Amino acid sequence: MTGSVSAALTAGALIVAAVATVAVGVYGGRRARTTSDFLVASRIVGPRWNAAAISGEYLSAASFLGVAGLVAKYGTDALWYPIGFTAGFLGLLLFVAAPLRRSGAYTVPDFTDFRLGSARLRTVTMLFVVVICVLYLVPQYQGAGLTLNILLGLPVWIGPVAVAAIIIANVVGGGMRSITFVQAFQYWLKLTAIGVPAIALLALFVADRPSLGGPLPPTVGQQTTVAVKTDVVVQVDAPTGVTITGTLDGRSVHDAPIPSAGEHTLGAGTALTLAPGAATPVVAGAPSTGTEWIGSSGGLGGDHPLYQLLAIIVATFLGAMGLPHVQVRFYTNPDGRAARRTALAVIALLSLFYVFPTLMGVFARLYVPQLLITGTADAAVLLMPRAAIAGPAGQLLAALVAVGAIAAFLATSSGLLVSIAGALATDVLRGRVRDFRTAALIGGVLPLPLALAASTLELSRNVGLVFAVAASTLCPLLVLGIWWRGLTAAGAICGLVAGGAVSGTAAALTLAGGIGADLLGGWPAALAGYPAVVSVPLAFVTMIVASRLTRGAIPPGTARIFARMHLPERLGMSVERVPGG
Amino acid sequence: MTSGRPPRERVVLAHRRGARIVRTRVEVQEQTEVGDALVRGLVRAQLGLALRLAAVVMCAIVSIPVGGSLFPALAASSMFGIRVNWLLLAVLVYPLLYGVGRLYVRLAEQGERDFIRVVDEEP
Repeated sequence: MTGSVSAALTAGALIVAAVATVAVGVYGGRRARTTSDFLVASRIVGPRWNAAAISGEYLSAASFLGVAGLVAKYGTDALWYPIGFTAGFLGLLLFVAAPLRRSGAYTVPDFTDFRLGSARLRTVTMLFVVVICVLYLVPQYQGAGLTLNILLGLPVWIGPVAVAAIIIANVVGGGMRSITFVQAFQYWLKLTAIGVPAIALLALFVADRPSLGGPLPPTVGQQTTVAVKTDVVVQVDAPTGVTITGTLDGRSVHDAPIPSAGEHTLGAGTALTLAPGAATPVVAGAPSTGTEWIGSSGGLGGDHPLYQLLAIIVATFLGAMGLPHVQVRFYTNPDGRAARRTALAVIALLSLFYVFPTLMGVFARLYVPQLLITGTADAAVLLMPRAAIAGPAGQLLAALVAVGAIAAFLATSSGLLVSIAGALATDVLRGRVRDFRTAALIGGVLPLPLALAASTLELSRNVGLVFAVAASTLCPLLVLGIWWRGLTAAGAICGLVAGGAVSGTAAALTLAGGIGADLLGGWPAALAGYPAVVSVPLAFVTMIVASRLTRGAIPPGTARIFARMHLPERLGMSVERVPGG
Repeated sequence: MTSGRPPRERVVLAHRRGARIVRTRVEVQEQTEVGDALVRGLVRAQLGLALRLAAVVMCAIVSIPVGGSLFPALAASSMFGIRVNWLLLAVLVYPLLYGVGRLYVRLAEQGERDFIRVVDEEP
């Protein structure tokens, strides 16, 4: 029952998960020999395996931890993130899946080379692939640091270093051949790891039916002490039972009650104690009472909630199309028909998965409301089983959740690393297996300093920014490249640079600490935090206008290329491209 | 319809390699004017299908927050003990996405089959 037993259990479970990941990878990769094995698993992965592998890869820390955290904090409007993460695959199915596979390309830069035959565009695309993947690796590494820190009390840098070491070993060992098995295995692992605790908590919830939508903030059941690690502004609705030791509104206090309801600032190092039954203060900007939380359109902190929703919808619906690590999996399908079926199966698998993080987010408000004080609600999924269920059952569930979380980091990070390595190896180095391995090493180490330096947002929001960058760069490139004959290389480069510059600047500003929420009615902050509404149309329009202006440069073989992308394989037009060929 | 004679089927031991089959196929493969027109038709049909289905999904999804703000009483009412806005966003959206995806796969494959039939059809 002690903390050390529980920590040992969790540590043991994490080590088992890591060892199992490496073992499955070694098993799957034992016959990986050729570059085609490493890049596209020799294009023999069927829809079922592939769909599980794509889902396993796609469900990152943002989905496993972040969605529940956002739902606990912001309520109804946070549900748009899982919807968008799923709907992105519908967009991918409708506009990209089959033609992309039929192009016969093996990476995204290779697709642009196939379509427009420009070496310069190929290089620019390669840079965007690497930037998007590195940006996406950062929150994965940070999530790993957070998980190990919360569960085992380890320093924050250990998680990123451990995850980097494991995925580099796996990718260097077997490339795509190896991680296909790992990721398919990890989808089912993650589903179990969040499904079992969620169902256990659901049983608990149905048994005592506490109220969720009441007029009061959530309350704690027993005396709880919360340590504040960074300065935070909280909204206090009912000060009864809340005492504070440390810094309150800039004054040093000891065991003092909060004088009045309203917003208060807690300094770093403050301890906040809640008596049993006391209402929890909530980090400022998040809905505090149950009524606000369960209602719609409160937004996700900051002003302009409807704009935020629209931006999330645009970024996530279109962003999945532009994620290189997702696309690269579609190249492993045997044909275009299998690519469509894979995308459809992914929608089903994701829909099944997202039931559980949503439930966990709802329960987090009941069972671990103290997380809402500091705003680190990403930890909710990890802490809840032990907080809600006493005894060994709770400890076992907590260990299971930890395993799922680590699987989430490993699966997504491996996929991203294969994409980085594939792009670097074939476009910068010479495309041999040895180059792929060197590139994997470089790509895995590159995000480490960023992960340790960047300020931590909520994981889902962080990932949402990467989606915005993907939706403003690779998404227009693919959609126009597949459906519009008028695209030229110059137009594509202009669009990529315009969309990338706007969305990238916004993401960098937000990650570096954000813009003051009071500036110009909150619009600059909203635009920087959610840039997709501006940057996606900008990228499309730039690409179209610049292509019209350079229409003389439309490649002469475009008709034949369109026939290859869109005709069924049976007509014998498709040609598989190979690196260096 | 279960009783009665089964529908008549034509049994062909081998496809007759008529001149017409080769000609249309080759026209598509060699990108003659006729072949290119056929490919353009297929691309346009597939894009139209994708755009129409995307429009249906966007209308359905955008109507949720808009409907919620126009009729707050509706969003705040409950069904099966769950608030309607939660029921829609956490549960019902997902079958919609899958259903539209499934419909697309079926219609897109149908379109490709039709195309192959046109290309391979006998005179």
